Amino acid sequence: MSVRHALLALLTEGPKYGLQLRQEFEARTGEVWPLNVGQVYTTLQRLERDGLVESDGDDEGPQKGFRITGRGEAELTAWLRTPPDLSSPPRDELVIKILIAMQVPHVEVHEVIQRHRRYLVQLMQEWTRLKEYAADRDVGFGLVVDAELFRLDAAVRWLDAADGRIRRAAADGRIAESSPMPKMPRRAVVR
Amino acid sequence: MNVLELCGVSKVYGDGPAEVHALRDVSLSVDEGELVAVMGPSGSGKSTLLTIAGTLEDPTNGEVRVGGASVSGMSRNDRARLRRRVLGYVFQDFNLLAGLTAAENVSLPLELDGVPGKSARQASLQALDDLGLRDRTQSFPDELSGGERQRVAIARAVVGNRRLLLADEPSGALDSANGEAVMRLIRAACQRGVAGVVVTHDAQLASWADRVVFLRDGRVVDQTSPAPGPESLFAPNP
Repeated sequence: MSVRHALLALLTEGPKYGLQLRQEFEARTGEVWPLNVGQVYTTLQRLERDGLVESDGDDEGPQKGFRITGRGEAELTAWLRTPPDLSSPPRDELVIKILIAMQVPHVEVHEVIQRHRRYLVQLMQEWTRLKEYAADRDVGFGLVVDAELFRLDAAVRWLDAADGRIRRAAADGRIAESSPMPKMPRRAVVR
Repeated sequence: MNVLELCGVSKVYGDGPAEVHALRDVSLSVDEGELVAVMGPSGSGKSTLLTIAGTLEDPTNGEVRVGGASVSGMSRNDRARLRRRVLGYVFQDFNLLAGLTAAENVSLPLELDGVPGKSARQASLQALDDLGLRDRTQSFPDELSGGERQRVAIARAVVGNRRLLLADEPSGALDSANGEAVMRLIRAACQRGVAGVVVTHDAQLASWADRVVFLRDGRVVDQTSPAPGPESLFAPNP
């Protein structure tokens, strides 16, 4: 999460104080990402050092106002259009656990899959409950909750697919007791 | 109070080498006001469970109780009455009658049950109004969008104070916004006291339920704990 760019975005609406920036940041991200005051001021100092924001002057403290510069606006626009790094992490813990569960004797891989599936669905129930109560009133919050739900949903779907693939392989006799760990493909690099 | 109770329900189709065990010793109870999702892959027995809960099929073994009454002891007429008065279905493909308007589709089950035409029409208009379809009551199904058709189907399933709502992939053919709207309506029905069962393979859909039951190879293999309140997400990490 780029606090830097979120603060720049809030300053495009006009000059603001540090404390005000913190409150608005939390309100607009559905209060899912709490920020401490120290984080806000450190980030503002760096933005000022880099010439992306200007302040009222030497007055340090809650009454010090900040405004965005031309360079700050250019930086924000460029950042919005730059694709985030969505290449897969080198080690997905859930994937690793299921791969290992297939190898360990006396561990039933389908039981391990179901445990993770239940945990993920329970988390999804909690997010959905939040959406039910709050998302209608707050679009930003609805977007944050949807993102969590789609991410968790993708993990559940992967577990479903893994469950089916392992069953089919076992039925075809393609899983031997001592089959070696599969070679992991090298991390795909997307640029 | 339990509106639906399945006790040790099994269902076997065919015999000999062609024998298929669709359900094995399934027990499930659903309380008034509770929404339960049954989640499983294709072939896990989800739809069989719903047709048995809906009294459309008999179990090979075990007992089904709806509103406290055992279904196996009921005559054909009693079951038909139970289906008209107590049960409501929502299907993936809506199953609306093409030659009837939205209002007529919704009032039909009431009229079949002997409710006078005028009261049935009033109840139908009220149910459609509740689901935001006041302007669409005189439209035919092919004049409605997918989301609107599914809302008509939900109105038809809950009209006349029915107590058990059974839904088979109710948002299967809809986009995610309409799917969410359908689940909000089903939750709203449950908050008014209806017991709901939704079968689905979709975790996002299932996550609207109070409790998710996992079905695999005809068996209940697991279920979620009762959903905690939303505040739990903000609790400090242990």
